[in-house]
Amino acid sequence: MNDILIARSLFGTTMAFHIIFATIGVGLPMMILTAELLYQKTKDLEYVVMAKRWTKAFAVLLGVGIPTGTIAGTQLSLLWPGFMEVIGRVMPLPFQIEIYAFFIEALFMSIYVYAAERIAPWMRIASLILVALGALASAVLITNVHAFQGTPRGFRYENGQYLDIDPWAAFFNPSFLVTATHVAVSAYVVGAFVVASVSAFKMLKNDFGSRLYRFHQKALMISLVVGGLAAFGTAINGHEAAQYLHEYQPEKLAAAEGLFETQSHAPLAIGGFTDRETQTVKWGIEIPWALSFLAGNSFDTVVVGLNDFPEELWPPLFIHTLFNAMVGIGSLLILIAIFGLLWKKFFKKDRFPKWFLWTMVASGPLAVAAIEFGWIFACTGRQPWVIYRILSTAESATTATNLGVLFILFLGVYIILGIAVVFVLLYYFRKNTVLDDLQRAERKNVQLFSSNS
Amino acid sequence: MTDALIAITVLWGFVFIYAVMATMDFGAGFWSMIYFNRQKTRATDIANRYLSPTWEVTNTFIVALVVAVYSLFPTAAYTLGTILLVPGSMILLLLALRSAFLVFSNIATEYKKPLTYISGIAGILIPGLLISVLPITHGGFVEYGEGLTQLNLARLFTSENVYAFIGFAISSTLFLSSLLLADYSKVSDEMDAYYVYLRDAKISGPISLLMAFCIMLTLEREANWIYTRMMDDLPLLLISLGFFLISGLGLFVTNFFDKRIQGMPRLSVIAVTIQYFIASYVYGKAHLPYIIYPDVTIESAFTDPNSFRAVFITYIVGFAILFPGFIYFWSLFMHDKKYLRQKG
Ligand code: HDD
Ligand code: HEM
Ligand code: HEM
Repeated sequence: MNDILIARSLFGTTMAFHIIFATIGVGLPMMILTAELLYQKTKDLEYVVMAKRWTKAFAVLLGVGIPTGTIAGTQLSLLWPGFMEVIGRVMPLPFQIEIYAFFIEALFMSIYVYAAERIAPWMRIASLILVALGALASAVLITNVHAFQGTPRGFRYENGQYLDIDPWAAFFNPSFLVTATHVAVSAYVVGAFVVASVSAFKMLKNDFGSRLYRFHQKALMISLVVGGLAAFGTAINGHEAAQYLHEYQPEKLAAAEGLFETQSHAPLAIGGFTDRETQTVKWGIEIPWALSFLAGNSFDTVVVGLNDFPEELWPPLFIHTLFNAMVGIGSLLILIAIFGLLWKKFFKKDRFPKWFLWTMVASGPLAVAAIEFGWIFACTGRQPWVIYRILSTAESATTATNLGVLFILFLGVYIILGIAVVFVLLYYFRKNTVLDDLQRAERKNVQLFSSNS
Repeated sequence: MTDALIAITVLWGFVFIYAVMATMDFGAGFWSMIYFNRQKTRATDIANRYLSPTWEVTNTFIVALVVAVYSLFPTAAYTLGTILLVPGSMILLLLALRSAFLVFSNIATEYKKPLTYISGIAGILIPGLLISVLPITHGGFVEYGEGLTQLNLARLFTSENVYAFIGFAISSTLFLSSLLLADYSKVSDEMDAYYVYLRDAKISGPISLLMAFCIMLTLEREANWIYTRMMDDLPLLLISLGFFLISGLGLFVTNFFDKRIQGMPRLSVIAVTIQYFIASYVYGKAHLPYIIYPDVTIESAFTDPNSFRAVFITYIVGFAILFPGFIYFWSLFMHDKKYLRQKG
């Protein structure tokens, strides 16, 4: 492997690892907040217990999310110094403002966890809202840098010089809102379905009608509502994101859809693999005219194909598969949520079929996979550019060599952390059962949130 | 002041705040490991009581620091990013292990001991590596080839000056943290722990002073330019030494307010903070205008003026918004007797 490829793999691995914890770190506070609010409304202690248990999980996940994020932020400068030099000059605001979001999240997270029993209930809710807002803001702001990479604005680039710099114009670049919304709502999808996964699994393991069964069913219903709404929002907004690609990064959309010839009434290829030799999507299902309609809301829309670009500027063609996997999972999650809610609320059935609970168990990992596919699609699909049509990845990479050893070391640490975090979560929740927590909550004057054993 | 000078002052402020907070943070982790088996004195509990709510906030400062470098001095960030790849990666790896295992040790109580050891040891190495960035910016270990800038690692790790810096970082981490924990124990009414930390401060204080002298001695040979410039401010350095002695005095005298107690830790903490402030001011002033000697100066590396203005405004607005949050945080964890004196 050459050094650039190692640098890309190293950074991609860091991001792929960080994103799991970061996304859950945005999604889970929303679930905790929902549970806290439901408690204030119903005074049902089971909701407090949910909030407490999710908070513990959140605190453990932050233990990995924060250091890996710190790695990501610093590695940007270490591996892509050319890129960060430009970002520092033109687009420093998101990173700068993100620091304040981190501070808010860190301060109020500690207050919510370590001072929960000493502060007034309204202050607890306020702290939690600030944690959720802080996490959301971190995600939105970091995504803005990514948006800028696709639709750079706020400067004039001439003879290698960056002139007439306007950092606010860079900040409000065209795809900011669409992309940030997509990342935010998709994080809520992940938070909700991760909870749903665990709840469904516990429902399968406990007797129908037992106290534990009912507790987990309650949690499952919250996540179906939150997750269903968010998944629906993700799809609507994802459609808009694709239209932005049509307008601003046509070769990415062409590669995502496996379209080679520029045409109106372009067909939509679902599934399959793009074949460079025959310029077709193999084993895919083709829906005539659909792509034109999706891209521009009319069948006459001309969609640009890959052959309009020199081949060395093509993004890798496998992003078609990644894109389809993300959209496929998104559609499946919407169906799951609709089915679950209809079954319970409309048909008033009292228990879910087993196959449905097993599908729910899969939904959390699938949602995380969708996030991974989406990001790899978005970052890899931008290649060979790190800033679209301005700065190439190769130009921005570090000149240092022998990155292989570092790659192995970082990979090793991620593996250790990944195993340890799963182990710690399992250990903790096995030692502190739901019943323990319910008892603690029912007895007054016992510390629930700061209890550890 | 020129914009570049304002910018470097802001950066220097971040470095100073982070240095103080990080020594507390990494030191507390180390002490909680050392006194792990001595539950009677509760020295470990005290360290953890400080550490649990604060490590995240401290960590955010390091991110703020990195972001400040590339948004204020992007050209310097380019060179620093290139030459710091190896030491920077080592810091990141240790930091990841340290933070994660610190959190895990508070959750998986049965495995607390091995987890505390991993995070304690990783944590105490980090200040040593972090400070090695300073001698690297003195320029002696940086090589310029055809379009390539590289760090000569062999020369770096055989330099006496670098080891003096590393020794200083570790000993003053122990010194500052034991001082602060002594103060924290006293406020918490844990007198056993108080005397343990007071003793630790008496040991680590003189060692860190010795290390500071070693830095100056080796600096004269290895980076003479900064040594002579620091010596221009000899009076300030002597004043800083004076504050060090005051802080030492604070460890030994009988408490002014309560004759039964030995030591006035609050006085020592304040004096030593002033001492570090003055000393790092002298160092920072001597370092100017170079960010990396002799090629990168604050003027040549400075960002675009429009960007600077925008960033500066976010600093002001951001800190105005955050300030009440910090105060509230402080009052809950540093000031609330109910939290400090809990028996759990
Ligand atoms: C739960 C996760 C999830 C789900 C279900 C979806 N997405 Fe997504 N998608 C992401 C998570 C995600 C992401 C990981 O958050 C990305 C990566 C970069 C970004 O901005 O968001 C993304 C990127 C992304 C992009 C690329 C933006 C760019 O390259 O700048 C498009 C066009 C879509 N998505 C479209 C969709 C559509 C039409 C969906 C239909 C259901 C969909 N996504 C579901
Ligand atoms: C969070 C989830 C993310 C994942 C999983 C991810 C994944 C990746 C991968 C796999 C690469 C290598 C691409 C290739 O070489 O083919 C990459 C590159 C890169 N990504 Fe992302 N990325 C993520 C988010 C971001 C964000 C939010 C930013 C903006 C700050 C970003 C900026 C970059 C940069 C600068 C590169 C290096 C240059 C390049 O290869 O284009 N990434 N990312
Ligand atoms: C879109 C993908 C991303 C999301 C949703 C996300 C979100 C988060 C969240 C929620 C946290 C925890 C914050 C806290 O509690 O303090 C975090 C930490 C962090 N993230 Fe990410 N992040 C993403 C990508 C990135 C990238 C690309 C970088 C690098 C530039 C990055 C840098 C960081 C840093 C430095 C931290 C640690 C902050 C601290 O020390 O408090 N993140 N991220």
